[in-house]
Amino acid sequence: MFDLAHAEQQGFTRPGTGSGLADVARHRYLLRLLVRKEVGVRYRGSVLGWLWSYVKPAAQFAVFFLALGIFLKMNTSMPSYPIYLFSGVCLTNFFTEAFSNATRSLVDNAALIKKIYLPREMFPVSSTLVALVNFLPQAAVLLIVCLIVGWHPSLLQFVGILLGIVLIALLAIGLGMLFGAANVVFRDSQNFVEIIVMVVAWLSPVLYPFTLVQQALPTWAFAVYQLNPITAAINLFHAGFWYPTTDGSVPLPPHLYLFASAATVICLIILGIGQVVFRKLEGRFAQDL
Amino acid sequence: MPKISDSSAVVPSILVKDVRKEFLLRHTHSLKETFIASLRKKKISSRFSALDGVSFEVNPGESVALLGFNGSGKSTLLKLISGVLRPDSGDVFTRGRVAGLIEVGAGFHPDLSGRENIYLNAAILGMSQKEIDERFDEIVEFSEIPDFIDTEVKHYSSGMFLRLAFSVAIHTDVDILLVDEVLSVGDERFQEKCIARIKELHQQGKTLIVVSHDLDMVSRLCERGILINKGQKLFDGPSDRAVEQMRAL
Repeated sequence: MFDLAHAEQQGFTRPGTGSGLADVARHRYLLRLLVRKEVGVRYRGSVLGWLWSYVKPAAQFAVFFLALGIFLKMNTSMPSYPIYLFSGVCLTNFFTEAFSNATRSLVDNAALIKKIYLPREMFPVSSTLVALVNFLPQAAVLLIVCLIVGWHPSLLQFVGILLGIVLIALLAIGLGMLFGAANVVFRDSQNFVEIIVMVVAWLSPVLYPFTLVQQALPTWAFAVYQLNPITAAINLFHAGFWYPTTDGSVPLPPHLYLFASAATVICLIILGIGQVVFRKLEGRFAQDL
Repeated sequence: MPKISDSSAVVPSILVKDVRKEFLLRHTHSLKETFIASLRKKKISSRFSALDGVSFEVNPGESVALLGFNGSGKSTLLKLISGVLRPDSGDVFTRGRVAGLIEVGAGFHPDLSGRENIYLNAAILGMSQKEIDERFDEIVEFSEIPDFIDTEVKHYSSGMFLRLAFSVAIHTDVDILLVDEVLSVGDERFQEKCIARIKELHQQGKTLIVVSHDLDMVSRLCERGILINKGQKLFDGPSDRAVEQMRAL
């Protein structure tokens, strides 16, 4: 019999054991094809095609603007409220789509997972990237509106926008791996995610100004509120898109960049937890799906 | 056949040592069901032993048939070698690139064209963009559907679909090729062509593991046969003798 003790040194590998997210980075070409496939088939067979990427957020924006901006008079109490609203809506849409698709990605790709081995982290990551691709047209609209209104962001604010996108992507991948892996065993997971996604838009200052929260909550609770990575990302978006279009009469949340740094750490921790849980459950995917 | 230049011993390309695999058949599929079942002290799951202490080695360039009846554990074994499943105990090691012709077409998307599907599936099977570019024409030629390559796969006949899927899988650049019951693909002429191609790969020194119920074909294709019954290895030797043993069961 062959000496197994040094098997790895002699070029042997154990099939089915990869190095997680690092393997995804190594299979960039496959990742690109998977993303392109999803993006390509998304609106196939529909007449409006990619226009739907604009129609959906536009309708959502119109409803919010009517209810909150006009009926609740946010429009008059806050400068550039439409931009404030839309920048938050865009980003929460990105998170919502990325997180729920990443959660379902393993079950959706059951046929593949049961038959061929490939790094399974591929699926939550590609779902998040697909959501990112769908987010870009909305971000482009936002950018155009800002430019029309007169937008002069500082370098820090601009970098903040990019960090906001990265934070949401990291969070969606981390949570997507966590809930996606759990979803293989119990399909309850995806229903749970639907609840989270429903709450997200209200737990962050998307529709209302943060000052209302600051007034209602004690200091420590407001700090917890700001530690939510989604809130941090939305604050960064407000600082980047909305604030430079106002006269500065409504302030930005306190310690914005400090909380953004904390949120980055939190996102990385969640990504780490997601990866660990994913790897723990991964060995059973093919038989549980 | 490439020989390993080590003078002392041939280094195997597949090592399976004392592998056990049990399946947990879960009778509940939600938290609620699990909770209720545990309240009523009903069985939440039952165990089924698919492989029970199987060991063997396969040397580079060998062609091995896994034989056994339905449910004997041979497909599970193949999935352990491909990495889709992991053993509960024991070790599985492989050396070199492994690709499975396991249920071809698993990664095909009906809304994509034949061309797009070739790229996607070859990448799923582990090929790089450059390798696919190089082999693209060969793949199309082998599949015999050059006129439909830019048509969406959902418009293909089932035969065309299988030919394309098989063609992609058979052109991946691998050291170990796992073949599971896919030789029932297409008409007889195409089958012959596939078998010829597999033989050609074997002559190039690839290691082959074949699972099929077509015993005559398997004994023609493979020199060695491993007979598995109820999760245990019953026989390991020349394929024609393995087939005899299986028929005697």
